[in-house]
Amino acid sequence: MRQFSYSRPTALSDAWDDFEHARYLAGGTNLVDLMKSDVERPNHVIDLNSLPLNKVEELPDGRLRLGALVTNADTAAHPLVTERYPLLASAILAGASPQIRNRATNGGNLNQRTRCHYFYDPDMACNKRSPGTGCSAKGGRNRIMAILGTSEACIATFPSDMCVALAALNATVTLAGSQGERSVAFRDYHRLPGDQPWQDNILLPGEIVTSIDLPALSFGPHYTYLKIRDRLSFAFAIVSVAVGLQMESDVIQKAHIALGGVGTKPWCVPEAEALLEGKTPSLSLFRDTAECLLRGAVTDRDNAAKLRLAPRVIMRALSQAADGTPQSQTYKSIS
Amino acid sequence: MTVISTTIGQSVSRIDGFAKVTGQARYAAEPHPSGMLYGVIVNSPIARGRIETIREEAARAVPGVVEIMTHLNRPHTALFEKSYVDGLGVPGSPYRPLHDGEIRFNGQPVAVVFAETFEAAREAAMLMEVDYERWPHNADFEVALHQKYMPEKPRSNYVPPKSRGKAAEAYALSPIKVEGHYHLAPEHHNPMEMHATTVIVEDDGKFTVWDKTQGPQAVQAYLTSALSLSKDQVRVRNPYVGGAFGSGLRAQHNVFLAALAAKMLKRSVRVSLTRQQMFTHVFRPEAIMDIALGATPDGTLQSMIVEGVTDTSRFEHNMENLVVWGLINYKCPNATADYKVVPRDTYTSSDMRAPGAATGVNLFEMAIDEMAYACSMDPLTFRLHNYSDIDAMHDMPLTSKALREAMLQGAERFGWQNRPMTPGKMRDGKELIGWGMATGIWDAMFSPTSARARLTADGRLHIATAASDIGTGTYTILAQTASEAFNIPLDQIDIELGDSTLPQCPTEGGSWTAASAGAAVWLACQSLREKLFKTLGKNSNISAWLTEGLRHNTVVLQDGFLKNTDGDEAFEMSLRDALSLTGQTELEVEETAKPGLRGTISQMRKARFTHSAVFCEVRVDEELGIVRVTRLVNAVAAGRIMNPKTAASQVRGAMVMATGMALHEESLMDERVGRFMNHNFSEYHIPAHADIPDMDVLFVNEEDTEVSPLGIKGVGEIGMCGTAAAIANAIFHATGRRHYNLPIVPGD
Ligand SMILES: Cc1cc2nc3c(=O)[nH]c(=O)nc-3n(C[C@H](O)[C@H](O)[C@H](O)COP(=O)(O)OP(=O)(O)OC[C@H]3O[C@@H](n4cnc5c(N)ncnc54)[C@H](O)[C@@H]3O)c2cc1C
Ligand code: SF4
Repeated sequence: MRQFSYSRPTALSDAWDDFEHARYLAGGTNLVDLMKSDVERPNHVIDLNSLPLNKVEELPDGRLRLGALVTNADTAAHPLVTERYPLLASAILAGASPQIRNRATNGGNLNQRTRCHYFYDPDMACNKRSPGTGCSAKGGRNRIMAILGTSEACIATFPSDMCVALAALNATVTLAGSQGERSVAFRDYHRLPGDQPWQDNILLPGEIVTSIDLPALSFGPHYTYLKIRDRLSFAFAIVSVAVGLQMESDVIQKAHIALGGVGTKPWCVPEAEALLEGKTPSLSLFRDTAECLLRGAVTDRDNAAKLRLAPRVIMRALSQAADGTPQSQTYKSIS
Repeated sequence: MTVISTTIGQSVSRIDGFAKVTGQARYAAEPHPSGMLYGVIVNSPIARGRIETIREEAARAVPGVVEIMTHLNRPHTALFEKSYVDGLGVPGSPYRPLHDGEIRFNGQPVAVVFAETFEAAREAAMLMEVDYERWPHNADFEVALHQKYMPEKPRSNYVPPKSRGKAAEAYALSPIKVEGHYHLAPEHHNPMEMHATTVIVEDDGKFTVWDKTQGPQAVQAYLTSALSLSKDQVRVRNPYVGGAFGSGLRAQHNVFLAALAAKMLKRSVRVSLTRQQMFTHVFRPEAIMDIALGATPDGTLQSMIVEGVTDTSRFEHNMENLVVWGLINYKCPNATADYKVVPRDTYTSSDMRAPGAATGVNLFEMAIDEMAYACSMDPLTFRLHNYSDIDAMHDMPLTSKALREAMLQGAERFGWQNRPMTPGKMRDGKELIGWGMATGIWDAMFSPTSARARLTADGRLHIATAASDIGTGTYTILAQTASEAFNIPLDQIDIELGDSTLPQCPTEGGSWTAASAGAAVWLACQSLREKLFKTLGKNSNISAWLTEGLRHNTVVLQDGFLKNTDGDEAFEMSLRDALSLTGQTELEVEETAKPGLRGTISQMRKARFTHSAVFCEVRVDEELGIVRVTRLVNAVAAGRIMNPKTAASQVRGAMVMATGMALHEESLMDERVGRFMNHNFSEYHIPAHADIPDMDVLFVNEEDTEVSPLGIKGVGEIGMCGTAAAIANAIFHATGRRHYNLPIVPGD
């Protein structure tokens, strides 16, 4: 970690006015870790924790607004979330550990960086950390890297669980900065690496995530967050699937699906969701959906297992959602 | 010696537990001597080459930086390479930190930055710029296999495999054959406490070195030899050790560098490693084993052929006893084994909990399971059928082997008799259930050890030996031993460990401490009692009952009192009063326990092992292959159990580690650079709570009067041996699929 100056503004504008080679600090569970590893080297750290972004509120149009500074733990336990968006609560609880979720914030979760081994190790070449140096993960130990949305420059996975549910839910992100406020569809918030892998998302320098807004949506029991990882708890996803199905009697009216652990961003394929609509659940339908979701997947040296596993995990998650037997995050047997 | 158990054998809670949970226990990185400098190591990013230039300007400009130590400015150290050889006896040319500009492994320290604060030292370390000339290297295990060799001079504890019969011919003739190519990934010890050293430079210039080590005397010997210091200049302390699992068997580079810097700067210093840096030194070697077994259809083993390799560095020849275990443990007329090491441009692999056996026993027991199935025989029955009552490799009797009892009692506890033979027959919803078993074997070792016992004016008993409690419960079982030997309540005993100035004790490892230090403490207490009685007997001013009692040998120690067991009236006297009658302020003895203590030479004529039988239930999701370990039973035959609570805790801890070996732990080498890439706890997966079921540990009665003076065998490592195989075998029983590569991870 290198020396930095520190400020803790109470007004949003004070935050972005101060932003010059700076980093925002929320829960610090990712940023501080990266600073200790000499990956992030800000001159200045702006602590967001005194900003008024720590509420969960219902909006007049029926949407639910999650403040950027609400912790992951509080979000997952909030009655309106557990009641209306159990898919989100489940995805949050599938991630990290209770201690980390108590610190981690919603805004921080969106903006966390990849867990790519090479990104985390400043001795190694990495286009995301040091543009133009090359990508060590290619041809290296890349069991945890992405198989979808990769580019020549970068194959890193976006690691969040929460964001997979947010993508499935078609949430909206609201942003504020010196150029004013704006909101973007969650599915457009994260970027594909392309030839600029250092740019994880569409956030402009100094811009702050102020909230995440969830549309009024209900799946009843027809949802699941199914996460496969290298141990039964406290590990990032190898493959994860968030599914919400709006069903009427036996027919899927509308499907919401996103994948985690396999993509360079939370992975959504609208055609795959469309495939399910108006159909009754069946294994062959789920197989086609999985195939559509994984179209274009590219594996490298160590991560072919993801492509072997992913179709099976997707089909299982779709069955869980269709059957109304969502995956428990407490009991580890897979329903 | 006959020991009547009062305290020994009881489940006493750790006597150091309170100090640990209240933060009073001090670890190597915790002393804060005034004026202490913080050292942060800069590691090499390349595996082989030479340092060309070191640019320190930016680092030195950081306020608070005092010195940057490199091979260019380090103080004088011992001239000869042999002065750097440590107690572990790994042959080859020992690594000498900051010796010269040559890079021999990725992560090698190239500089240490010292500053007034840790933060300044860390920042400056990040600002160091080092240019290297890169030389070709090989860190690829597969490539290294082509260079396998047998070291000219093997490691001192190496047990060469001994062939019997005609293994190849018998194999060819065997009607039933199985052959497997097994692999174990490298693993890192990763104790909770990271390696660290604080060197306190005392007013007289002497060094008190707080080091995370399993052997304070070994570190002292190493430092004095490598740094050309006199013996009384260095005292090494490690009263508490936050786990080690073998990583503290060798003096690691942090202690050398800290002492070197203290010598250079004449100031107290601390050097502690980060979790990432814990991946720059010792690890359990990667291993391959080729196992071929032949049998007759009735399930009688006819031939065993075992070939194995483990990796080492290019400069030292680390060796393991990898291939011998099956040959020792199974009756089979024809057997042969071969072992080699393969060199890589990495740091030297080293001993990790049950070195050799953790790998060799588990992989062999997976092969045995496959053979049992090839013979259509229940795996437990197969093992009983091929049971050996002797060390079958050396054709030597054993001091004891209650493995049969362990297998039967473990099977009963587990409910093995209800097991369907055919795989895939049990299920619960979408999960297939599998039951597997394996046996474990590990050395029961004993090393000569000394201990001191001292009775002080306040009537307390002080025990001291240079043993290390690496979290295993040594403080507690030594207190129990003393309590019983001196017949004094536990709370009147003080135990002092972890200090090189204390009576000689070998480095903690190999599960020999309980047997060895226990025997020394026992002897010392016996001898102290005799001294007390003798000294009292010389005093003419003591009361008549005591004089009489001592003369007629009817005085005993009981609950911290001297009592007369004879006569109508019971007389007693406190130890404090007794001591004051001797006219001395304290009485002290030091004794050394040796293997021949009881006049036996069984150590030479008999082989000594600890055994176990492990039973496991797994549930495997049929579609996704996700494995959950849902039940583990381990029946251990380890001679006398000093403290069932701490002993079971040792076995359980090892079973957790073995679960990691079976399903999670793997250090991922990027051979292009020679670095283990998943160098943090986020990506190096040790089992989480959710991965570990209730573990049932039972100790089988095993009386062994020959293995060690107190009949103890030790329990620190046996839990590793067999558990991983039981899990793999259970996975086969669930799914019908064999895995030959550990760990077995999702997607395999
Ligand atoms: C050991 C470990 C295991 C983990 N396992 C999982 C897991 O299984 N699944 C999972 O999903 N996550 C996991 N996490 C990640 C965890 O969820 C994130 O670290 C956390 O969500 C980040 O939130 P934070 O508030 O601590 O962010 P910080 O560390 O404070 O910030 C992270 C980044 O976000 C930026 N930022 C924060 N808030 C804002 C804002 N409002 N506007 C703009 N930028 C902002 C910061 O500048 C920084 O760049 C794990 C983390 C650790 C350390
Ligand atoms: S995958 Fe991306 S993050 Fe990882 S090394 Fe390559 S460029 Fe860096």
